[in-house]
Amino acid sequence: MPELTYREALRTTLIEEMDRDRAVVLLGEDIGLYQGTFRVTADLLDRYGPTRVIDTPISELGFVGAAVGMAMLGLRPVVEVMTWNFALLALDQIVNNAAKVRYFSGGQVNVPLVMRGPNGAGVQLSAQHSQSLEALFGHFPGLYVVAPATPAEATGLLRTAIRGTDPVIFLENAALYGLKGEVPGGAFALPFGQADVARAGRDVTIVAYSRMLHVALTAADRLAAEGIQAEVINLRSLRPLDMRTVIGSVARTHRAVVVQEQWRPYGAAAEIAASIYEQAFDELDAPVERVTGADAPMPYARNLELLAVPHEDDIVRAVKKTLYAS
Amino acid sequence: MAETSRAQSRATQPAVKDGAAPAELRDAVRWYAGMVLARRFEDEAERAFRRGKIGGYLHVYTGQEAVAAGWLAELRSDDIFFTAYRDHAHALLRGSPPGAVMAELFGKATGLAKGKGGSMHLFDVSRGFYGGYGIVGGHIPLATGAAYALRYSGTDRVCLCFLGDGAMNSGAFHEPANMAGLWGRDGLCPVVYIVENNQYGMGTSVSRASAVADLASRFAAYAIDHERADGMDFLAVRALARRAIERVRSTGRPYAVEMLTYRFAGHGAADLFQPYRPKDEVSQARGRDPILTLERQLRTAALLSDADVARIHEEAERAIAEAVRFAEESPEPPAADLDVDIHA
Repeated sequence: MPELTYREALRTTLIEEMDRDRAVVLLGEDIGLYQGTFRVTADLLDRYGPTRVIDTPISELGFVGAAVGMAMLGLRPVVEVMTWNFALLALDQIVNNAAKVRYFSGGQVNVPLVMRGPNGAGVQLSAQHSQSLEALFGHFPGLYVVAPATPAEATGLLRTAIRGTDPVIFLENAALYGLKGEVPGGAFALPFGQADVARAGRDVTIVAYSRMLHVALTAADRLAAEGIQAEVINLRSLRPLDMRTVIGSVARTHRAVVVQEQWRPYGAAAEIAASIYEQAFDELDAPVERVTGADAPMPYARNLELLAVPHEDDIVRAVKKTLYAS
Repeated sequence: MAETSRAQSRATQPAVKDGAAPAELRDAVRWYAGMVLARRFEDEAERAFRRGKIGGYLHVYTGQEAVAAGWLAELRSDDIFFTAYRDHAHALLRGSPPGAVMAELFGKATGLAKGKGGSMHLFDVSRGFYGGYGIVGGHIPLATGAAYALRYSGTDRVCLCFLGDGAMNSGAFHEPANMAGLWGRDGLCPVVYIVENNQYGMGTSVSRASAVADLASRFAAYAIDHERADGMDFLAVRALARRAIERVRSTGRPYAVEMLTYRFAGHGAADLFQPYRPKDEVSQARGRDPILTLERQLRTAALLSDADVARIHEEAERAIAEAVRFAEESPEPPAADLDVDIHA
């Protein structure tokens, strides 16, 4: 298995899918001549030309909506949003057209659209460029929402997204683009709605996704040094949500900590915690703990920013709380 | 929309009115019948709304029929179109069965969209009708991208994008219009933007909503060739449509037309008193009823007799009565349909 960075995994998969199917086209800001803000699309303009690698104006509403129209006519557009923060400008197209047109047309059209780009906090990007928007998109029926945490998942989930028939919100993370990992070859694909047990353990279940998976795994290492064996579930996909794997784990550990980078109110962790209570109340030996970002817009100052996102310490503390230990 | 053999035989005769070329008169009786049917449909839909048979919003097309008819008369069977929520006539004039359109308004399983969309979301993809959208301006980017896809796929098909005057003030208009101008340079955007300027975006007149009252001229900002024309005269609309569609088909460049029209009814079924416009403005506009105008032209060209007119109205009456009966007798969607068609 070749070792690739998360970025290379994404780019290689785009190339493989574009070579395989001429219906796959790319749209986005500065994805061509500029080579992509995070270089995921580097060199693709030269390879495929401007009708397949479409540099757009700064018009999120316009190019996301145009991509929906392309998808309705049988193309497979992959839209890069420079960051998901900018997708808020296209929210009506995502929510009212991409997610629903299949339903309100009585199933007469498909929307095989992928929207991809980095989600979540960076380093000192402040309030408008640091948001984790997965709960927002996870709210709407008609969308798939996935969040790969490793290079293999980047490849496997992107291939499934591109070959699918429905709109996919594909949440990358800027901090992960340089992460290396082995990526299976042979058109490797991962189904949506299937979580991964990233680390086995008997004492507590930690549920995480995207960059927070790595924070959770580091926390689990520290806990292991103290004799606490944490099981870490990597969700990979937020809609559909693989509660079966989560509940299976909680049924063994009887304790759960859910980690998310985004703000606490109405977040993904609330959905997961509520589902644990609904489906496994009798299994719990302690209340479910949520580890989340601070309930404030992202500050610029580095010291405040560090306070606003979850760290290993927060997860360790939450785990100990479920164990009534300190 | 059947037409008599007599009318067909006369359709080859030269036109004599309004400078219309003979081509506009070809099967024009059929389009006259289609406009009559659409008008009758809207009358009946309003009645059914008052009877509580139709829920939600209801936006009727009464007064604007010449626009949809004129353009769809020139649209090839494999071409496509998008419109907003005032969409019943577009479906009917493209040939969707009146029963299936009415059943959709009634929320029945036999509706065009299986009762999932309602009045604002008519779809008939088999006929190239890609919907029926309820957010003002929101379908303009879709139509623009769809046009790109048609050309990218190596076809010479074109896309019509009907939009209202109000939509031109939304970002959803300006962003794709700019992209269409760019893509058109490479012949990759065969779309016609048809602005149905019925003078009011809900209750706000064009002059109160647009800093530039000449809406067609606003397309100049995006290097899209454009013109402004009367939308109340079917034959004139059709002549223009033929020219514009041929041009877009051969160049792959976008084109825009502002059609000056008027809706005789309120914005929606709840718009009863229409305090935003004077009553005599409405009655004046009714004096330019597009159906009566076409009727007059066809009579002058000796393509339509009193008997034809009576028969066409009777046929429309029958077809609409049958559509209502079909809609009323059709089953509601099964409960199991609630979460069907969310994903493929």
